Amino acid sequence: MDLIIVLQAGVATGTILLFATLGEIFAERSGVMNLGVEGMMLLGAMSAFSIATRTGNPWLGLLVAMLAAGLISQIHAFISITLQADQVVSGLSLGFLATGLSLVLGEGLSKAGTITLIPSWTVPVLSQIPILGPIFFTDHKLLVYAGYIIIPLAWYYINHTRPGLHLRAVGEYPAAADSLGVNVYALRYLYVLVGGVFAGLAGATISLAIAPGWFSELTTAGQGWIAIGLVIFAQWDPLRAAFGAYAFGALRRLVLDIQAPMMLFGFRNPFYYNPYWGFFLEMLPYAFTIIVLVIGSREAIRRRLGAPTALGIPYIRGERGL
Amino acid sequence: MNKSALTRSKANWLPFTVELEPRLTPPPGWFSWVLTIGMVIFALLIGALVIAFAGGNPWAAYSHIARSSFGSIGVLSDTLVKAIPLMIVGLACTIAFRMRIWNIGAEGQFFLGAFGASAVVLTPILPADSPQWLFILTMLIFGMAAGAIWGFIPGYLKAKFKVNEVISTLMLNYIAVSWNNYWIYAVWTEGGFQMSKMFPRNAWLPRLTDFADRVPAFGGLTVHFGLILALIAAVVVWLILYRSQWGYEIRVVGDNPPTANYAGIPIARNTVLVMMLSGALAGLAGMSEISGVVHRLQGAISPGYGYTGIIVAWLAKLNPFAVIPVAIFFGALILAGREIQPSGIPKMIQGIILVCLIASDFLMRYEIRIRRKGEA
Repeated sequence: MDLIIVLQAGVATGTILLFATLGEIFAERSGVMNLGVEGMMLLGAMSAFSIATRTGNPWLGLLVAMLAAGLISQIHAFISITLQADQVVSGLSLGFLATGLSLVLGEGLSKAGTITLIPSWTVPVLSQIPILGPIFFTDHKLLVYAGYIIIPLAWYYINHTRPGLHLRAVGEYPAAADSLGVNVYALRYLYVLVGGVFAGLAGATISLAIAPGWFSELTTAGQGWIAIGLVIFAQWDPLRAAFGAYAFGALRRLVLDIQAPMMLFGFRNPFYYNPYWGFFLEMLPYAFTIIVLVIGSREAIRRRLGAPTALGIPYIRGERGL
Repeated sequence: MNKSALTRSKANWLPFTVELEPRLTPPPGWFSWVLTIGMVIFALLIGALVIAFAGGNPWAAYSHIARSSFGSIGVLSDTLVKAIPLMIVGLACTIAFRMRIWNIGAEGQFFLGAFGASAVVLTPILPADSPQWLFILTMLIFGMAAGAIWGFIPGYLKAKFKVNEVISTLMLNYIAVSWNNYWIYAVWTEGGFQMSKMFPRNAWLPRLTDFADRVPAFGGLTVHFGLILALIAAVVVWLILYRSQWGYEIRVVGDNPPTANYAGIPIARNTVLVMMLSGALAGLAGMSEISGVVHRLQGAISPGYGYTGIIVAWLAKLNPFAVIPVAIFFGALILAGREIQPSGIPKMIQGIILVCLIASDFLMRYEIRIRRKGEA
């Protein structure tokens, strides 16, 4: 088992979590928690794969996935922003709906033939850097490189631009933002849409690039929920989110790869000789998500950091309070 | 009077305006049930549109669901068999949701309940020739205890570290499936198959068909004693919520946490206890399924009962007795859904129903006023 290869594959796997986490950060920064990420990712994965098999064009599949997930996210926006329903319940129900829709529309897709995937590429000069080159810049799907570009952009947008300031204001103190002429409702709709588009992108990244195919609910296997956990761990910060996403990607790969070799660091590999231990390895990413949540929550309490103040609270114009 | 985003939507070209006004008094009790039934019908219509879009025949799909779940005594019994775990899981969700604890982990607690009950037979904790009542009682205790432990973890993490229970309970669902798989594949496998050996008859919950020698009409009816357990659980949950001090505390915390805090209600302790009770009930559902229907431990013991239970609880407006008929409705959907194509239809219809229901909730808070132009 070559550690470099595990980390290289981990960065690829982590890209899925990265997109989903960034999208949820945008939505939550505006004050709207969307628990439908898993369902939106499934819808994205399904529509991307479906369009790509029909047209032979993976990029078109990618686009449709982002549109489809973005569109369905607006149901949650309408219910939680305009109708002021509980965001937890509304997001959960969106997840159920999107999952069911993906299963119905994706019926028979798993038997589809070969498709053209998103192409891979090796960055000419950067791939020569020792260690980092092979991990980050060699033979990755183009979407992985897109992820590198989006991380600093998202960070800069949220923290150092005027629209980013509005985004944070709407999530922290919507009444004040409103009184200064910021359209709270429109911005919240917009960033729920952004979250949906990113979730669709994450889904398409699975089915067209990292783990190609459509395997109904197993396509995402809970990654949407891990992403929501990572948002809390990341303290709603894109840079920390990137770190968390790649670390989790590497962990997910490690769990798969560690079972393959007979020898591990010069010792007999216990996971090779006891294949049933694999079930405990399978638990690790999920157990780690819980551990990461505990760490994130403790740190938030200690440093008095935390969620956007208005997260989860519907904004009602003219009412007292946030 | 506050003007929300809702009240501002007016179309100028109409001879009247439609306005939404906040209700000053809560609507009458029947209103919420009429609204719920109306929304279920509305959701079924939307579902029909999607089925037609996906290339199916909605009328055929729906009439097939109705016929193959309520068409005869035999299939009605099968519907009830599917409804039993939904009733118990629905109750598990009801008690947690009433305190606004979002236990999405009933699926995992269900699996752990099945594991705990199976352990009694397979470890074995009781010898195979123990009397039936002792077997069932022990399996009940072990199943509920295992579910309670699985509920304790997220409850404790929430109370102690403010860990979001939605995510922690969901993660525990995935862990529970792997945990059960380990035991099925590695320890209790029968001849390398992915299932344990069949339980002895003493460890089965009694079914109606078991009494066919005395009452011939019961022949072939697989509805089992779990139905009685579910009804008892409904009464117990109702008694706890509406006739006990603890239930009063749960409802106060659910309605208004700051008030509960001022009143000195121990929120952290109640969080842990409610999660344990919720987990124990979901575990009971797992035990009832394993002992009443499957009669062995295997991987495919739940078509998402834990998740459907969430919708059952919500559709029943967190009313323990309403959970029973709602669970039967969804049991029918699951039973018939196994045969219709595309196979995702039941899941999708569940999703549409839940979305419509939650969207319609604003009609409980607002009333629609239609005014002619020029009227004040």
